[in-house]
Amino acid sequence: MQTYLDGNVLAGPLGEVFAVDLTSAMAQCASCGARAAIGQAHVYLDNPGAVARCPSCGQILLRLVRTADRAWLDVRGISCLELSLPGE
Amino acid sequence: MSIVSPGFSGRRRGDQKLPPGQYLVTDFPVLSAGPTPRVDTGSWQFRVTTETGQVRDWDWAAFRALPDEEITVDIHCVTKWSKLTTHWRGVSVDTLLEQAETSAQYVLARSYGGYTTNLPLADVRDGQAWIAFEYEGKPLAAEHGGPARLLVPHLYFWKSAKWVQGIDLMPTDRPGFWESLGYHNYGDPWREQRYWGD
Amino acid sequence: MARAAVLGRLSWQQGTVSEIHKETAAATSIAIDLPDWSGHLPGQHVDVRLTAADGYSAERSYSIASAPERGRVELTVQRLPDGEVSPYLTETLQPGYPFELRGPIGGWFVWDPASPGPVLLVAGGSGVVPLMSMIRSRAAAGSHAPFQLLYSVRGPADALYAAELAERQRQATGLRIDYVYTRTVPDGWPHPPGRLTAAMLPRADDHEPPAVFVCGPTGFVEAVANLLIQVGHQPGVIKTERFGPSGG
Repeated sequence: MQTYLDGNVLAGPLGEVFAVDLTSAMAQCASCGARAAIGQAHVYLDNPGAVARCPSCGQILLRLVRTADRAWLDVRGISCLELSLPGE
Repeated sequence: MSIVSPGFSGRRRGDQKLPPGQYLVTDFPVLSAGPTPRVDTGSWQFRVTTETGQVRDWDWAAFRALPDEEITVDIHCVTKWSKLTTHWRGVSVDTLLEQAETSAQYVLARSYGGYTTNLPLADVRDGQAWIAFEYEGKPLAAEHGGPARLLVPHLYFWKSAKWVQGIDLMPTDRPGFWESLGYHNYGDPWREQRYWGD
Repeated sequence: MARAAVLGRLSWQQGTVSEIHKETAAATSIAIDLPDWSGHLPGQHVDVRLTAADGYSAERSYSIASAPERGRVELTVQRLPDGEVSPYLTETLQPGYPFELRGPIGGWFVWDPASPGPVLLVAGGSGVVPLMSMIRSRAAAGSHAPFQLLYSVRGPADALYAAELAERQRQATGLRIDYVYTRTVPDGWPHPPGRLTAAMLPRADDHEPPAVFVCGPTGFVEAVANLLIQVGHQPGVIKTERFGPSGG
């Protein structure tokens, strides 16, 4: 049985870093080119680190480490991130 | 500036035998950066690579033919749990490095699945580190890093790379998977070196 | 209720517990008054933080159970036997206690009460909580979007919101609720206990495919997602929220 969680588990942690919700953003995998919402990523929590993997190929989309007052983010696994903006 | 939650004390902590900030557990939490690699001993290989590119390989049979020993140690995870008096069986890293000709001062441990972690060579020699293949008298389970994992109990447990497949000797230090993203480069639990700048 | 994203990083809010009531032996609903709370989208969750007198703190995430409301939010917490936070929330917390949370969080596993399309909800155990927010929101918004809930529980005593769900099904049009009992069935139940199977799932309607939300323990969500695809639902319309092995 796989031990990953859905990307929506990163909504809180990413919400500490970004002012918009990223779990509904579409991420293009830098490894295989597949597009999926960050909410669909396969997330492994290795606290204080988290790893989100492409649901198609399993390669890493992003990594996030959080402490009480700092966060580190590596998004090299995402070649393109598309977000919806609130309409005018 | 948070409130206090009346009646909340959290997990027991503050045992004097524990490094600062740790609490005791009796189970063995599983944390991972990816799916559990399933490596069967038939195809398992451990490789030592020196900085000049010299390699030495062991398959499972050759590895298990090496002298091994029982190890009883306390382990400390950066997520604050500690487990005391854990029993392992493994091959000393000294044995695996015996014939390596090197002037390198650092090592990078590499795992099946892509995980890496870096350590000073001095911290994996002289009886401080093992490649462990048994835990509590049984073959090491895949979820805990089996068939074999690195065991370096004097540092935070993210340095004890699960599913280890090799050690590279490096002349200069190179941060591994988590060391490149905020985790402390060295990781001494007694000095609470969890993150960069600690 | 406004759809615009609330810009600005998440920050902690302090509220006061106004009501606590037990849903089942292991689950408790907690209502919290929060002066700065302006509502949420059904499906979103909050992070809850507990702080001990010596400064030690623990955080967990919990799905919002209520319909959107200014100044108030309700959570339903399942007590985990070895939990650090859930025993406090389900056994120690009292009305009047301070409560710290952050949110609402999540923009993906959400249902917009303004959307008219059909919705299929599949819940395992405490996974019903965010789906209950959707059902309550549907009623509060006067929506007639066709809703179907398939709720898998071990036995009748484990079902959350049973009386309320029965009442809502009676009163509402277009709301259908079916139970799957995996260990013990109610008296007179026509089937033996058993897990959810493909035959219990509505087949996908190509003409108007429903949005699908699945929530519960990881193993349940995986099994159900596979079954949904087997009966014709497209992966792109299935949204899942795994609670992890213990179910939340």
